[in-house]
Amino acid sequence: MELTDIIKPENLVYDKPELMNDNSMHYCPGCSHGVIHKLVAEVIADMGMEEKTIGVSPVGCAVFAYNYLDIDWVEAAHGRAPAVATALKRLNKDRMVFTYQGDGDLAAIGTAETIHAANRGENIVIIFVNNAIYGMTGGQMAPTTLEGMPTSTCPYGRDIALNGYPLKISNLLAQLEGTCYVTRQSVQTAAAVRKAKKSLRKAFENAMSGKGTSIVEFVSTCSSGWKMTPEQSNKWMEEHMFPFYPLGDLKNVE
Amino acid sequence: MAEEIKLMKGNEAIAHAAIRYGTDGYFGYPITPQSEILETLMAETPWEKTGMVVLQAESEVAAINMIYGGAASGKRVMTSSSSPGISLKQEGISYLAGADLPCLIVNVMRGGPGLGTIQPSQADYFQTVKGGGHGDYRLITLAPSSVQEMADFVSLGFDLAFTYANPCMILADGIIGQMMEKVILPPYRKRKTEAEIREESPWAAQGKPKGRKPNIVTSLELDPALMEEKNNRFQAKYRKIEETEVRYEEFHCEDAEYLLLAFGSSARICQKAVELARLEGIRLGLLRPITLWPFPKVIIEAYSHKVKGMLSVELNAGQMVEDVRLAVNGKVKVEHFGRLGGIVFTPDEILVALKEKIITHE
Repeated sequence: MELTDIIKPENLVYDKPELMNDNSMHYCPGCSHGVIHKLVAEVIADMGMEEKTIGVSPVGCAVFAYNYLDIDWVEAAHGRAPAVATALKRLNKDRMVFTYQGDGDLAAIGTAETIHAANRGENIVIIFVNNAIYGMTGGQMAPTTLEGMPTSTCPYGRDIALNGYPLKISNLLAQLEGTCYVTRQSVQTAAAVRKAKKSLRKAFENAMSGKGTSIVEFVSTCSSGWKMTPEQSNKWMEEHMFPFYPLGDLKNVE
Repeated sequence: MAEEIKLMKGNEAIAHAAIRYGTDGYFGYPITPQSEILETLMAETPWEKTGMVVLQAESEVAAINMIYGGAASGKRVMTSSSSPGISLKQEGISYLAGADLPCLIVNVMRGGPGLGTIQPSQADYFQTVKGGGHGDYRLITLAPSSVQEMADFVSLGFDLAFTYANPCMILADGIIGQMMEKVILPPYRKRKTEAEIREESPWAAQGKPKGRKPNIVTSLELDPALMEEKNNRFQAKYRKIEETEVRYEEFHCEDAEYLLLAFGSSARICQKAVELARLEGIRLGLLRPITLWPFPKVIIEAYSHKVKGMLSVELNAGQMVEDVRLAVNGKVKVEHFGRLGGIVFTPDEILVALKEKIITHE
């Protein structure tokens, strides 16, 4: 069989989403952000919402999300993305508005904005990338850093007596009346990626049907911050992160 | 509906003017002495009349970031607060300035520092005109001295903000916010349509139609050369505003031997002091800066060649007086008179201060 016989649309198993451009990503090898970006791009296009979507990027590693997805973006101050998205959505009701935030942005400095936007039931999607560390600033302790996990600001491991407990903020958000869908996903295997994409789609559909706030948490890796290879990171995530942050739906109001 | 004459508080006038102007959204958090703005908006239910969105935010921080989001989509959005709340908004104001976003912010000042007092003050002058937040930015600052101006400056403030793609602040104080006066409310204007917004603000993040590049609203630029270029562009914008938008009012200045300088409610009290002085044969005038930034330094410099002395009268420990001195550059004596912590001076006190600090020291 000739190569030209194989290269046909019906044989395509993978392609770059149309909304993703060719800018080279600043993310480290093994980082989960690349895959999650791709899923967001695919879901927006699958829904035919390319012209109606406004993304809100955070302060953190994903601050430059706007460089990779060809949609309109607003770059928010640290932690304030849900407040920014609140106004974007309320003033542009037929638009699909989402925030894309890391654990420090969403669960430390932005806790108030996160909880209140969710409690008001803003019709937005909050994409929450939880890699248990501050990646952009060089690997400091996050609100979600696990007990005993070393970071540059807890070099001997997170000490509960000193730093308190890792925050399961999605569990907290699932308790709020304003949220309709809270789920925890991952993207370290092909199966996980497929499952996560379905969750994202559901979240975006909820936002457009006015059901309330949807939160999709991605338990993720940070090879650079964790000081591991990508492969070691995935293994470490499965062994240490998943027991504390178990995957699956925390809330799903049909 | 046409314009209407009403008797109301300054805070209420701002709320009514905002609805009539065609404001798209208001986001705020309660704080004395300006809570009537949010209360009036909620009672008027403008979402039923004009489609204006009104939301009580969980904090001043959230409110200013809602403004950032709304402004980023090209909408006419505003917030209001009083001094401690305005301090909380400073980060957001810096981001708004850094992203060239037009919006209207109202500060109905109270006495500080800290939780301070709920009584009126003008002690946020420095914070407003010198920065407040981080970075080299400027805030177009309008200082109303009547309930009428509280209403009028909503439209002026939005117009200036959109002309220059820059945040604009109405710097009022507890007196102007709380006192009732006659006010002519402007006729209702339609809110901008989506097509009008696209034409007016082609940079707005509204969702990307096919064929146009993504609109990205951000203040971030990691390349120092590009960041310097951006800052130079900001500075050029600020110079243009300084050349074009200075506003002030003169009261009995034409033959003045001495000059009072005062803004906002202080200027109202100074008007009476001028009248009292003239009854005594002292040729006193009042120059009232309406824009605190851009500051009317050219006219003040011009008066420094005509008068024997100037007194800057402020409800603070001496803030605007520094800008007056910079404008005068030593050519004539400039002193400050103020009361602090929510105490308001009387016209007589001002006259006594003028005699003690300026006239007897000639």
